[in-house]
Amino acid sequence: MNFFSFEEKLIPLDEWVQTFVDWLVYNYRDVFQTIKAPIEVCLKSFEWLFNAMPPLVMIILLAIAAWRYAGKKTAIFTVVSFLLIGYLGLWDETMTTLAMVISSVFFCALVGIPLGIMAGRSERFELFLRPALDAMQTIPPFVYLVPVVMLFSIGTVSGILATIVFALPPIVRLTNLGIRQVHPELIEAALAFGATSGQVLRRVQFPLALPSIMAGLNQTLMMALSMVVIAALIGAGGLGNPVVQGLNTLEIGLASIGGLAIVLLAMVLDRITQGFGKK
Amino acid sequence: MADNIKIKVENLYKIFGPHPKKALKLLSDGIDKETIFDKTKTTVGVQNASFEIHTGEIFVIMGLSGSGKSTIVRMINRLIKPTSGKVLIDGKDVVQMDEDELVKIRRKKMGMVFQSFALMPHMTVLQNAAFGLELDGIDVKTREARALKALEQVGLETWANSKPNELSGGMQQRVGLARGLAVDPDILLMDEAFSALDPLIRTEMQDELLKLQEKEKRTIVFISHDLDEAMRIGDRIAIMEGGRVVQIGTPEDILQNPANDYVRAFFRGVDPTNILSAGDIAVKTQVTVINHPGKGARAALQRLAGYDRDYGYVLDNNRRYLGVVSTDSLRALIDKKGDTKDITKAFLSMVTARNSSDSMQEILPDITEVPCPLPIVDDEGVYIGVISRNLFLETLHRSEINTDEHEMVQ
Repeated sequence: MNFFSFEEKLIPLDEWVQTFVDWLVYNYRDVFQTIKAPIEVCLKSFEWLFNAMPPLVMIILLAIAAWRYAGKKTAIFTVVSFLLIGYLGLWDETMTTLAMVISSVFFCALVGIPLGIMAGRSERFELFLRPALDAMQTIPPFVYLVPVVMLFSIGTVSGILATIVFALPPIVRLTNLGIRQVHPELIEAALAFGATSGQVLRRVQFPLALPSIMAGLNQTLMMALSMVVIAALIGAGGLGNPVVQGLNTLEIGLASIGGLAIVLLAMVLDRITQGFGKK
Repeated sequence: MADNIKIKVENLYKIFGPHPKKALKLLSDGIDKETIFDKTKTTVGVQNASFEIHTGEIFVIMGLSGSGKSTIVRMINRLIKPTSGKVLIDGKDVVQMDEDELVKIRRKKMGMVFQSFALMPHMTVLQNAAFGLELDGIDVKTREARALKALEQVGLETWANSKPNELSGGMQQRVGLARGLAVDPDILLMDEAFSALDPLIRTEMQDELLKLQEKEKRTIVFISHDLDEAMRIGDRIAIMEGGRVVQIGTPEDILQNPANDYVRAFFRGVDPTNILSAGDIAVKTQVTVINHPGKGARAALQRLAGYDRDYGYVLDNNRRYLGVVSTDSLRALIDKKGDTKDITKAFLSMVTARNSSDSMQEILPDITEVPCPLPIVDDEGVYIGVISRNLFLETLHRSEINTDEHEMVQ
């Protein structure tokens, strides 16, 4: 056999993966279904809250947040954008997407900030985490969309899970960076005055890394928004729906207004969260 | 003396790099630093340092950059863990302490001041000053009161609510100092604390440190690369070269008997008149006259004539200096046929004794003005000796020879 003609497949990795996922689905589907529970609760609460709230109240709250963190201009922009979204008839979809995005970002922060802190304080952990993050950022979402559906079934929660995979890396990376950027002399000073490792983290590293962590949160949010359409493919609902539906039936108009609403939502959320880091 | 020792460092080694044990063995085989680095890629930071620091003294560790002085100070509070050796603080070995003990001793006994100030940019000046107390879990009210007191000591109480970046370099380092003082430590470690400040502010801070030290005697370990600074504030100085302590002594000791060329090189360009004090060079070569009732001018004159001297130094029973008489002034007193018992009338009015701690520079005008060797007394007024013009010039000359020799060696 010629080892360098590459005519035959010598490593059947695809079959192995196939077998592994099948085995996982067959034996552990129940486990994965339980993992869904907290995400479902979080999502449902946000969804219920945003939909139960009168649109006017929602707009006012967002405008106040924008005014506080990003200034008057952004506040006006927010009001205009959300009025436009409402008049386009996409209010309910927007609220669903907002709930999804906020849930995704919440879980990304919950997992990503601790991971970033650990990576920032341990060379070995960073070494191990880095290729994982690279993979998460570069694997096309379509590759893991199918196994996610197989394990978690179709629906918004699966959409959120896929979003978390896609949107997690920036907050981990920027938390890691923020922790590493803290001047070593400051840590030395804290240690010299008898700080424990936990105190160094709480009183020095974390507060000083906060602007960087906030930048990571902002990036994660943007990534989560960019997953909205892809998540709609596995039945996540929200603003991705009109886009997917429009593409399927060649209704360019429907796809366009869906896209426009996503962009407006992204711009508003971006401006507001950018303000977090600065305050 | 033993209970007077606050910090005792014994055979301390620090080796940075992948093979500390191997390097340690090579060192004990007498192989030098450079060869060890070539062989093992391992750097010898500090080798075989031993010294004792007494309670309440300012101990300056001086050396060029890379001489291991910053490493040594960090081994005292174990920010850097020694490769081998002992660091005893009040008799307890810091090297052997577990994490809890270490945290405790750092909180209770030691403060540290850094070259780059190392203030927390996200905290106010007051919070910074209270930082050590906060870590120790002391409640907000108590710690802020104590921090404020520390800020008062350095004159920054009005800036309590500012952020460090609103302050100038000198002020920031005052905050750094206040942070160290607030925990009321026995030991203050100062790592090139004033090196980043401009010369004028630096001198001001040194004076301030000395003033604080007068009020509350702390044991201060001060790292410096600046000889003038070391001379000004150090009670004793350790000089380091290439990770080794090459000489330990008072500033005067080291100036007068430098251990090797490296030490001598430090002192080149240093004006000895600033460092040597009058007490260091005064000698007891002159005739003294004890002034007691019954022995008057005639007796004194006789004593001077007996030694063939022109001047006599009059002391009381406790050897306290009273004045100088000359053969001329004694004769004048006798010729006046007055009360020759009272020798004080023969005192030379232009001569006043100088204190032994005055520097050579300070006594220079007196040396040139007075006709006789200048009398030197200690703080209680006890006669220590005299400095003649000859002696003064000889001292100058000697230190010049020292540096000349060194130049010839180079």
